[in-house]
Amino acid sequence: MTELFDAKRIKEDFPALKRNVKEGVSLVYLDTTATSQKPFEVLNVLADYYSNYNANVHRGIHTLAEEATAAYENARRIISEFINAGNVNEIIYVRNTTEAINLVAKTWGMKNLSEGDRIILTEMEHHSNLVPWQMLASSMGLNIDIIPVTDNGLLDLQVYDELLDKEPKAVCVTHMSNVLGTLNPIKSMAAKAHEHGAMILVDGAQSAPHMVVDVQDLDVDFFAFSAHKMCGPTGVGILWGKYDLLDAMPPFLGGGDMIKRVYLREFDTNDLPYKFEAGTPAIGEAIGMGAAVTYLNAIGMDNIWKHEQEIVAYAMNRLEEVPGIKMYGPDAERRGGVVAFTLKGVHPHDISQVLDIDGVAVRAGHHCAMPLHDRYDLVATARASFYLYNTHDDVDKLIDGLYKVKTLFK
Amino acid sequence: MDDMYREVILDHYKNPRFKGELDPADISYQDDNPLCGDMIRIDLRVDDDGHVIECAFSGQGCAISQASASMLMEDIQGKTLEEIKEYSRDDILDMLGIELGPVRLKCAMLSLKVLKVGAYGVQEWVEE
Repeated sequence: MTELFDAKRIKEDFPALKRNVKEGVSLVYLDTTATSQKPFEVLNVLADYYSNYNANVHRGIHTLAEEATAAYENARRIISEFINAGNVNEIIYVRNTTEAINLVAKTWGMKNLSEGDRIILTEMEHHSNLVPWQMLASSMGLNIDIIPVTDNGLLDLQVYDELLDKEPKAVCVTHMSNVLGTLNPIKSMAAKAHEHGAMILVDGAQSAPHMVVDVQDLDVDFFAFSAHKMCGPTGVGILWGKYDLLDAMPPFLGGGDMIKRVYLREFDTNDLPYKFEAGTPAIGEAIGMGAAVTYLNAIGMDNIWKHEQEIVAYAMNRLEEVPGIKMYGPDAERRGGVVAFTLKGVHPHDISQVLDIDGVAVRAGHHCAMPLHDRYDLVATARASFYLYNTHDDVDKLIDGLYKVKTLFK
Repeated sequence: MDDMYREVILDHYKNPRFKGELDPADISYQDDNPLCGDMIRIDLRVDDDGHVIECAFSGQGCAISQASASMLMEDIQGKTLEEIKEYSRDDILDMLGIELGPVRLKCAMLSLKVLKVGAYGVQEWVEE
C-alpha cells in the first residue's frame, strides 16, 4: 500500500468505526455494499444545515431559504462534476437508485415502449433493476431478454450480441455487481446498444462510490446512484440522464416544484431538473451528499479504487487459505471490493452471527439478487465488502472469525 | 449473542433428532423462509385419539431453524394435535433458551409454523 493512502488514518474520520459492538469488542465494518459509514465532514454539514439554515428550498425570500437553496444547488453542481455530466440540469435528486430506475421505467418506458417491444436485463441485477422493468413489462406486454452470467461471474457478452439482433428498445445493466463484484464493460456495451438503437440505463449504485465515473465518456443514457453507499446520508440519490431524453420524458410524480404554473384543471410542467423533483426534497441530505462527494474527491477516486483493488486481492488470497470456503465471481482484477462466499456445512446466517460475536459485520442472505443466487444454486451467501476505511487488519479479523466459525461447527 | 450457539443448540444442529421423512404419513407439510432459504418439512403419524405416535422433520437451513425443529420433534412426542395447537413462540424460545432478534426469530419459528399449519390442516380434514 502506498504511503499516500492511509486507510487507518481515514478510519479516524468515521465516528461509527470507532465504536465498540460490545465491551472490549471493536467494530470491523465489512458491509459497505449495503451502506457505507459516514465521516464527520458529512455529519457536520447535516448538523449545520438543520441547526443554522433549515428552510425549504426555492421561492423563499428570506435569509434561511436563500442559504438553503444556494447550498442545495451547489451540491447539485458538485455531484454533476463528480460524474462529469454535460449539464448540471441533468442531475435529478431522487430518494435512491431504486427510485431513479422506477422513474425511468415509468416515464421513459411508458412514453417510448409499446406492446411486444423487447428489453434486455441481466442475470446479475439487483432486484431494483429487475422489478421496475418486470412491472412495466407486465403492464405493457413487453418481452424481457436476459444476459446470462458465466461460471466465473462475468456477463456472457456473446449472448448480449445475439439479443441485440432482436432489436431491443432498452438495455438495463449494473455497472458493478453487488454480489460478485464484477465490473461490467459498460462503455462497449453502451456503444453496441446505441448501434442497435437501444437506450442503455446503468445502475451505478456500486460503482459511483468506488471509482471514477464519467457519464459522457461511458456514453450511457441514464445512470443512477445513491448517496448512502458513498459516505452520504440515506434518503437521497441521483438520476442522471442525457438532457434531450429527460426533457422529452413526461413528469414522474406530480406536486409542488415540478410545475411552472397550475390551473384548476391542468398544469404546465417545470424545466429540468425540477420537473422530476415534486414535493419538498431531502434538502439537508442532498447538501450532505455534496459534502460526501467533496470528501471523496479530496482523497481521490483513483486512490480509493486502487486501495480497494489491493484490499480485495488480499482478502481473496486469505479466504483461499480457509478450508471449505468457496468464493463466487471473477478474479480480483475484474471486480470491485466485494467478495461473496460460502463455508461448507454452515449457513451464511450462522457465519454472520458468529462473526458478529467478534464485532465483524458482514452481510448474509441473497443481497437482493435472488436470480443470481438461483443461477449458482444457492439460497444465500455471506458477503464481505470493503471501502476506503478498511485495512488489512480488518481482513485478518474476518479470517480469524471464520476459523472460529469452523471450530464451532466442526 | 454468544449464547446463540450454546452447546445444546449446536448438538441438535449437528445431531438432529427425528430427522427424515415418514411415508406414508397422516400429516405432511412444508414451508420455507425465502429470504434466508431455510426449509422445513414435518411428517406426523397420529393415532385415532389424535396423539402423535411418530414424527420426523427434514429440510435445510441455519443452525437455529434446524435445531429448533429437532427440539420441537422431541417435545411433541405423545402430544395430541390439540396440545400442539397450543404451542406458542415462547415455548420455542424456552426450548432454545436464548433471546433472538427479529431476523433470527423467523428462523426459529419456521418449524412451529409448519407443525401448526399441518395440525390445523388435518383438523379441517377430520371435520369434513
